[in-house]
Amino acid sequence: MNKSEFLAALREKLNGVPEEDINKSLDFYEEMIDDRVEDGMSEEEAVEALGSMEEIIAQILSEVSLPKLVKEKVKPKQSLKAWEIVLIVLGAPIWVPLVFSICSVVLSAYLTVWIMIISLYATDLAIALSGLALTTMAFVSLVQGNFAIFGMMFGCGLVLMGISILLFFGFNQVMKGILWLSKKILIGIKGLFIKK
Amino acid sequence: MDIQLKRGLLDVCVLAAIKNEDSYGYQIIKDMKPYVEISESTLYPILRRLEKAEMLTVRSAEHNGRLRKYYHIEEAGLKRIEDFKEEWKEIMSIYSFVTREEHSNE
Repeated sequence: MNKSEFLAALREKLNGVPEEDINKSLDFYEEMIDDRVEDGMSEEEAVEALGSMEEIIAQILSEVSLPKLVKEKVKPKQSLKAWEIVLIVLGAPIWVPLVFSICSVVLSAYLTVWIMIISLYATDLAIALSGLALTTMAFVSLVQGNFAIFGMMFGCGLVLMGISILLFFGFNQVMKGILWLSKKILIGIKGLFIKK
Repeated sequence: MDIQLKRGLLDVCVLAAIKNEDSYGYQIIKDMKPYVEISESTLYPILRRLEKAEMLTVRSAEHNGRLRKYYHIEEAGLKRIEDFKEEWKEIMSIYSFVTREEHSNE
């Protein structure tokens, strides 16, 4: 791919991104190619050196906010005619609830991610606290002289506390995974808006 | 390395690359290369982010009959570098504590 082919392909793939952002990123990559060519590379080599198209697009999308993409998608290509405005006003009972429900879905998806994470740690905390409670309660049996019950309760308490410590590290990894996944999903959603 | 940590470090690296004199994209990558590899696709969002945060400003200047963007560091950018140096002192003292523990165990 030479320079103009690369820039055309990139512009094509970014369809749906606000014009200003497209131009900024194309200028940036054009300058990069020109500078490499000046450094003695061929155009093809310079394009090659930029890395994969997918990575370039993902990085550009990461800096464009989702609301901006949505706005660009719904922005009318020419100014509205009188009857279109009338239709929009009359159609409000239909599209206002629709927009509202889409916003709610996005909000609940966002909440779900965080609630999942919070509930993991809440579980862990519950296990740890019950372990602590059991070991403490065991001493009541000790005072009463029930050594067997003391042993069982104290042992179970220790086991629970041990489990909670192990789970804590496991949950840390799970949380990292969830955050990584939600970032991927966000880029995926953004990608939907730039497809034709 | 931890991705979040690396991201923050690269921001400071880019600022350091334009600290002494204004520089342009390819030059920044070349200057950083001996220390840390950074690709164009990584550099681009960093520059945008730093511009938004007003740590640097961009101006276009002619070069060989075409426009090239030069990045100039701002007050906030210089402060970020200074903050980083301060933070690093703390990290270094933690590091020396951690390795001291290791040595005493041997």
